[in-house]
Formats: sequence, C-alpha cells, structure tokens
Amino acid sequence: MTVFKGRTKGLTDAKLSYCPGCLHGVAHRLIGESMEELGIIEKTIGIAPVGCSVFAYNFFACDVIQVPHGRAPAVATGMHRARPDRIVFTYQGDGDLAAIGTAETIHAANRSENITIFFVNNATYGMTGGQMAPTTLPGMKATTAPYGRDVSDTGYPMRLCEILSQLEMTNYIERVSLLSPKDILKAKKAVKKALQYNIDGKGLSFVEMISTCPTNWGMDPLKAREWAKENMLPVFPLGVFKDRAAEEAKEKEAE
Amino acid sequence: MGKKVLMKGNEAVAEAAILAGCRHYFAYPITPQSELIEYMAKKMPLVDGTFLQAESEVAAINMVLGAAACGVRVMTSSSSPGISLKQEGISYIAASRLPAVIVNVTRGGPGLGNIAPMQCDYFQATRGGGHGDYYTPVLSPSTVQEFADMAPLAFEIAEKYLTPVMILGDGMLGQMMEPVEFPDSYAPQKDPSEWALGARRTPDDRHIINSLYIDPYVLQEKTETLFEVYEEIKKNEIRFETYNMDADAKYLIVAHGTAARVAKSAVDALKEEGVELALIRPITLWPYPYDAVAEAAKGKEKVITIELSMGQMVEDVKLAVCGECPVEFIGKAGGVVFTPEEIVSLIREKIS
Ligand SMILES: Cc1ncc(C[n+]2csc(CCOP(=O)(O)OP(=O)(O)O)c2C)c(N)n1
Ligand code: SF4
Repeated sequence: MTVFKGRTKGLTDAKLSYCPGCLHGVAHRLIGESMEELGIIEKTIGIAPVGCSVFAYNFFACDVIQVPHGRAPAVATGMHRARPDRIVFTYQGDGDLAAIGTAETIHAANRSENITIFFVNNATYGMTGGQMAPTTLPGMKATTAPYGRDVSDTGYPMRLCEILSQLEMTNYIERVSLLSPKDILKAKKAVKKALQYNIDGKGLSFVEMISTCPTNWGMDPLKAREWAKENMLPVFPLGVFKDRAAEEAKEKEAE
Repeated sequence: MGKKVLMKGNEAVAEAAILAGCRHYFAYPITPQSELIEYMAKKMPLVDGTFLQAESEVAAINMVLGAAACGVRVMTSSSSPGISLKQEGISYIAASRLPAVIVNVTRGGPGLGNIAPMQCDYFQATRGGGHGDYYTPVLSPSTVQEFADMAPLAFEIAEKYLTPVMILGDGMLGQMMEPVEFPDSYAPQKDPSEWALGARRTPDDRHIINSLYIDPYVLQEKTETLFEVYEEIKKNEIRFETYNMDADAKYLIVAHGTAARVAKSAVDALKEEGVELALIRPITLWPYPYDAVAEAAKGKEKVITIELSMGQMVEDVKLAVCGECPVEFIGKAGGVVFTPEEIVSLIREKIS
C-alpha cells in the first residue's frame, strides 16, 4: 500500500509549470525527496537547463542556477571546482544533453567530475514544440521529422548511458523509467544513490530517466506511458551500466 | 613595489591575476595567448588553485559561469575566434550579474585570419559581443606592465558592479617581453555571500541565479536595472591617457593599445621636426571616454585615429568629435604592426 507523504521539503511550494501528466514532476519529486532524505538541501546546488525544465530554479528547494542550453555539465564543473564541499547536480532534457551539449556531457563524464547528471529522456524537444531529438525513435514523427525519423538520414537514437559507460572513470550510470509505480520506486533508488555517490566524492553519476511528453506526442498521459513502455524501452533498455564504486567495494571485500 | 622581472605580457597578466587572488582558471588553447594558459597550468597547482583545460571555449566560459556563481575569483583567456565562442557565456554572465575576468589576446580576422596582432575585434568587445542588451567593461593595455596591472583592476570592477570584464590585449602585447613590477598587496575580493550559490547563511537563505524573465515587463525592468549599473560604470570607470596635450598642437591622434605605442613614438619623432601632435589613448574602450576625446579635439584642425584594423574605434572617435572637425583614419589589416617610420610618413600625409 502506498502511503501519501505530502510534499517533500526538497521542493518549494511553487506550482509546477509542466503539462498535466508530464513526468518531469515525478522526476522533480524523486530528486527533492532524495535531497531531503540525505539531508543535503542546503548543501546542494542544482543546475536548471533550457527546455521544459528551465523553471526548475523555482521548484528545487536548494540553490539553483539557470544556464545556457546544453552547457550544464561545464557549469557544474566550474561549480564543483569552486565549491568541492557542495553537491552539484544538473537536470537536463535530451535536446539539452544529447544534442547541443554532447561535448560538455562527454567531457565532464570523461573527467568524472564529482557531479550528478539527471537526464530526462522524452524522445523529443518538449518546450520548443516537439521537434526531433537525438533520442527520437526510428519512424517516430516529430515536427522536424514529419514523415517519421529516417535513420538512414538522421542516424539512430543516441544511447547516452551506453556511450558514457565506455569512459574509463565515470562512476555510476543507470537508466531507469518513470513509466510505472514500480519503475518510479526503482528510479528513486537510483537518484538517491547517485547523490550519495557525490556526497562520497566518487565521481560522475548519471541517471537517465525514460519519460514521456504527452503534449507533443499527442497522447493522453496513460497512453503515452504505454506507448513509451512498448516503444522506448526496447531502444533504451533499463539497467545499471556501470557502478564503479560498488565494483571496487566488492573487489576490496574479496581481497 | 616588488622587484622588476622581465616577462611576456601573457605571463605577466597571468601572474598578476594569481597575485590578486584568482584561484580558478578555465581555458582552451589558442595562439597568441598560449603562454597564458601554459603559465596557469604551471602555477595554479602551486597555489592550490584550479587549472582546467576545457574541451572548448564554450565549455571554458561556462565553467567560468559556474565558478563565478559560487563566488570565487575566476578568469579565462582566449584569442579572437575563441572569444567568438565565449560570447554565449559572456552574455549569460552579464545577464546573471556575475563577476568574471576574460583576457582577449586578439589576432587577425575574420574567420581563422592569422595569429598576428590586430585590433579588429573592437566592435565585438565594445558592443556587447553576444546576444542581448548588455555591455562588458573593456580595458586596453598598452604595455606589459599595464597588462599586468589590469588583472587586479578587472577583478575590482567585476566585483564592484557584478559584471564580466574584458582585458583586450593583442598578440603583440601578449608575446613581447618587458620589465614588470608587481605590487606587494592587492585589494581583497569583495564579499560575495549576498548573492553567491552555496553560501547559505541561514536555512531560508536560498540563492537563485537566473537570466530568464518570461514576463516582458519583468525583463524590461531587469534590463533597465542593468543599464543603471552601466550608467554608474560610465560615471566612475572611464580611463584614458593623454600625451603631449599641453603642446600647441593643431592635430590630435587617437589610438589605443599597441597602436597607441607606435603613435606615441611618431608624436616624439614629429616633435623633433617641430610638428606638435597631441595624443589621447582610451584605456577603457567601454565605457569610452567620449567627453575626453571631444575635449582634446577642441580647436584642432584634424583628428587622426590610428588602429590595427580597417577602422572600428574610428566610429567612436567620430561620435565623440561629433562633426566639430574632420576625423581621418590610418589603419592596417593583416596583422603587421606599423613601424615608427611608416606611421610618421602616414601621419605626414594626413596633415600636409
Ligand atoms: C542556444 C539555444 N538554441 C536553441 C534554443 C531553443 N530551445 C529551447 S528548449 C529546446 C529543446 C529542449 O529540449 P529538451 O532538452 O529535450 O527538453 P524538454 O523541453 O523536452 O524537457 C530548444 C532547442 C535555446 N534556448 N538556446
Ligand atoms: S511539453 Fe512535454 S515535456 Fe514539456 S511539460 Fe509538456 S508534457 Fe512535459
């Protein structure tokens, strides 16, 4: 049985600006709750991107900065270097992180900056009205792919967890989904773990959350979730791609 | 003052920044400022500072944005094409009201241009450079000593008004060696706890740094506040130097930075021949010393602007002189600095 807990202290009282049924709100709650449970709200700096979540500075109860499109991992790098005693996280969409910010993402991950990246993948550019993202599925329609994404022309959806886990020093990489209550509970664990790793100074943690954009997909929220389960999860399989800190701990134990 | 050391401009400005308390530096290599990034790579670890070679200028300036938002003294440096990439971040830093110092050791352009010293990024530096209604204070050194002195000055201005500040050197100043003296002490950093992130003084003291204002009336108000700050900067921070000004000169030379150095030697050379030329050298390119240039131009037959470009500052000189007398231009593109003889003969042509 689910117990209703009320609003987390990790979020402010501001009314969320997301469309009804949009899962950005769920992702926010998971981060807010995790900050609260870890007791780090006052020690955390959040980075709001460009995209639907640009207003995140109104919602997270920690200090927040709103930054240029795609540059959050670079800003986070500067912040973490300036204040290594703070917990720094970025909150980014797939356009932000996987298109305009690819270089910043890959290089921050390659340096394994001690930051957490929350990556909300809804396979589209939500805020600007449903254009094609690097994560848009093959054949999926978008305003800039009106005949459906043609992979021979625009490439295959980019799988960031798979790409980033190739990098030697990244610490923790997991893809979760926000599509069912069970998945959300799992996602919460990942979010909290990622923040804990940064409290522990373990390096870069990256949590991708498979989400929906009912508005631009033109579906009601429930249908959007079902559609995402059926179509997104085969392309973006869930799971832990890397957990260096856990592996190292295991090795130590074995010794 | 400490003892004199022989240093390249690129090194001197780096050393002065460190002495002034800059402990965070992010940049991407580009000629002719490579000695600066290399100096920082060597020295920052020795003072427990952060040196990070970013993956691009875009990333570097955003690292600056992040560090500045946390209230530390932070600097970056680059040269013309790199500054073009940094403009996105500079616009955000200006809009977010954050202090940061950007050193631009300019080279020839447009495009990849070349690596020779030029002053053809004057427009970009003095007219905002990035998108939106904003300005960046711009300091133009003309000696290695001044290049160094401008690092602490830039931090002071940046912190006083919460703005990015650009030091606009050029390849010549970056590469040349001259004796430099560093002062024994520097003005301390201004307390950032009022606005910096990660500086909570009480549990409710939540800080937000933002440049998004969807409501047009709010954006208008924010921009107006920004421009009130610019008025203050204009009131307090205009700097210039005059040379041979008391003389009974019929002509006024206006030049900044490296061009002003060459112009000065031309003023001296022509003086020996009995031709008196007054010279004014803007030190702040924004805010521009319009009143001082207008004053200096009073009663002159002609004003001659000298630049290592096809003519950019000359537009500000014309704005200052406002039609009171003719404004002529001597310029050079490509990146070869005038020789004193060359400049003397070009000036002679203009005044004969
Ligand atoms: C430099 C720059 N380019 C483009 C834009 C326009 N823009 C705003 S949001 C956005 C897409 C965001 O999509 P995503 O990151 O997937 O977030 P979502 O809106 O889906 O949550 C774009 C292209 C911008 N603000 N800045
Ligand atoms: S446009 Fe899409 S992603 Fe953006 S708030 Fe609406 S549903 Fe959510």
